[in-house]
Amino acid sequence: MTDQASGVLDIRADYMAQVRRKRMMDGIILVVFIALMVTGFMIADDRNAGGFWDGLHRFFDFPKEVLSEAIEKIGELPANLLKYLPSLIETINIAAASTLLGAMLGMLLSLLSTRGMAKWPRLIPVFRRVMDTMRAMPEIVIALVLIFVMGGGPVPAMIAIAFHTAGALGKLFSEVNENASLKPVEGLQSVGASWAQRMWLGVIPQVAPNYFSYALLRFEINIRASAILGFVGAGGIGYELRNAMSWGKGQYDDAMAIFLLLFLTIVAVDQLSSVVRERLTHGKNQKVTT
Amino acid sequence: MTITASETDLLKVDADRLFGRKKLMSFGLPAIVIAYLTYIFFAFDIPGLSQRFEVDNARALVADSYSYKTHIARDNRTGEISAAIEGERKGTYPDGTAPEWVTLGETETVIDLGDGHVVTFGADNLVSYDIPGYGLITAQPSRAKGVQAVLPTEETPEWINASKNRMAITTEAGRLTITRNRTEVFRYFTGWELFFFTLDSPYSGMSVSEVMARALGGEHAQIWQDFWTNKMWRHQEVAWAIFETILMAFLGTMGAAIVALPLAFLAAKNFSPFLVVRQVTRRFFDFFRGVDALIWTIVLARAFGPGPLTGALAILITDTGSFGKMFSEVLENVDKKQIEGIQSTGAKPVQRYRFGVIPQITPILLSQILYYLESNTRSATIIGAITGGGIGLMLTQAMITQKDWEEVTYYIVLIILMVIIMDWFSGWLRRKLISGSESGR
Repeated sequence: MTDQASGVLDIRADYMAQVRRKRMMDGIILVVFIALMVTGFMIADDRNAGGFWDGLHRFFDFPKEVLSEAIEKIGELPANLLKYLPSLIETINIAAASTLLGAMLGMLLSLLSTRGMAKWPRLIPVFRRVMDTMRAMPEIVIALVLIFVMGGGPVPAMIAIAFHTAGALGKLFSEVNENASLKPVEGLQSVGASWAQRMWLGVIPQVAPNYFSYALLRFEINIRASAILGFVGAGGIGYELRNAMSWGKGQYDDAMAIFLLLFLTIVAVDQLSSVVRERLTHGKNQKVTT
Repeated sequence: MTITASETDLLKVDADRLFGRKKLMSFGLPAIVIAYLTYIFFAFDIPGLSQRFEVDNARALVADSYSYKTHIARDNRTGEISAAIEGERKGTYPDGTAPEWVTLGETETVIDLGDGHVVTFGADNLVSYDIPGYGLITAQPSRAKGVQAVLPTEETPEWINASKNRMAITTEAGRLTITRNRTEVFRYFTGWELFFFTLDSPYSGMSVSEVMARALGGEHAQIWQDFWTNKMWRHQEVAWAIFETILMAFLGTMGAAIVALPLAFLAAKNFSPFLVVRQVTRRFFDFFRGVDALIWTIVLARAFGPGPLTGALAILITDTGSFGKMFSEVLENVDKKQIEGIQSTGAKPVQRYRFGVIPQITPILLSQILYYLESNTRSATIIGAITGGGIGLMLTQAMITQKDWEEVTYYIVLIILMVIIMDWFSGWLRRKLISGSESGR
């Protein structure tokens, strides 16, 4: 009996020591993290043109200015909304076209880099690295270079976003592919189907809902990206926003209309895509569980 | 259990309908895609692109990204000769010195362009260019008579562009331009010029082994100083800019996570009993996400001025919305059994959260936060280009000059490396932390 009791005590002491060690490690990590945050904030504050504490009370000045001017000219709002609708459509078109092109390229890359599906299994690592590099490329880099070469407008933005999208979606798609069954592919192979036929008829029908769901999510991200690229000269609503901002006071009703259009579009696409994605990925299971 | 004829017919109709739908999907969808892309093709005026495409810009960009040129110029009024890399002041050779392929003489300067191409700046502004396989071109620029050129052939070849006041010769070895006031020779080299040391440093032009030997001989501080303050490539500023970009991403992501976590509890169905509180918090999240990072950046830049803090706050605000939404979804999917188990031991609410909820959600939250950290490194580059901070700003500045394409290439390479390293780092941290928390707690 005493043996057992001392054994329990040993275990307890051992356990408590482990807990203490764990707590200490957690504590150290927490302290390091807080130190990093605080020093990081101080460095950022130091290198910023205006300080954080000086700027804090000015935070609402600009929105207030814009809002008050917009409210003053509230009558012009519908006309302004209508005026910037074409450029909003251009922004959405850039996002849609680049998502579409990026998804098609990403699909190809993902199929080429998934084991069991790849046309050239030896090149799988190559295609993976290609996707990593494409994904690492911020859109703005490609867009700025292309604007220099082919002038402003929607095409540089479209190519830039599509390029990044292909890499990002390619990675997600290849994760989807790994869970797809290879049996249809083998079945098709046994009747002599070509690689393209095997993929199109054997893999795509299995993965299409997931692909679509990821592409929708990407579309939402790309609308934001295309607005930002417009701001650096690639056309669309971002470009109009920069113009309206550079006119400054007196044109804030234009800026307000653009803010509003952009906000409503993003919220609408966000809500729509989450509903559709919910239905695509969980639709059938959800009904069973609830 | 026999199937009657009418039933088979019914099944057949069903199957036909299913097939028809499939057919429609597999032909209709590609048709829609093609139709849309055709619309885009014309809406974006892609046929007109060929006119807008500036071949010269593209050529300059590509050539400049992997090569550089050294200018040897003579001012035809004073007779002064200067040598400068890329024609920039930062790359000018000190007076009376020149690269070793240029022989400075009292009256005659001989410039060897390689492969037998030799340009000679003679007395009285006379210029001669000996081109192998073609012959000797001489030209006499003067203020009164313009540029008088003598070619060895009757016909002017297409690589020579000559008029009364100007002559330009472009060969595979280099380029010679002569005007009344100035004679200039360009020689092209592969590589990035003066990447390590500028010409005013004593280490410029030394071989790697020699520099290493000097470093071991006690000059390492001086060598590092010269490299670090290189005026052409600005290594110090570039390192700071990359640090700033990563700092923006780090502060923004972590700050957003810290702000979003308590708010997420307010928005989760199983933790927040009041519908109104839940709805208000959720609308807040939607608002923060819906007002895009672009708009937040503009608003914040007005209050705080350009810099890394503005970028960090823009990321923080946008991601508070995203994190809040995601975290509250995670909280709603928490397993109740674990909390009940803790409760059955008599734990108070705080303890229930600490031991019942937090261990369940930490791995998921951490993996989401780290995923965002990587993606925000890219966003920080983009936001930096707008607000003026970090490597994004350096990139746009280098692009605006429209000639420092080698620097642009350098920055692009650095950005891609930075993102790939952050991707790798966040993946490594995710594996480390999550496997640790699974076994430990």
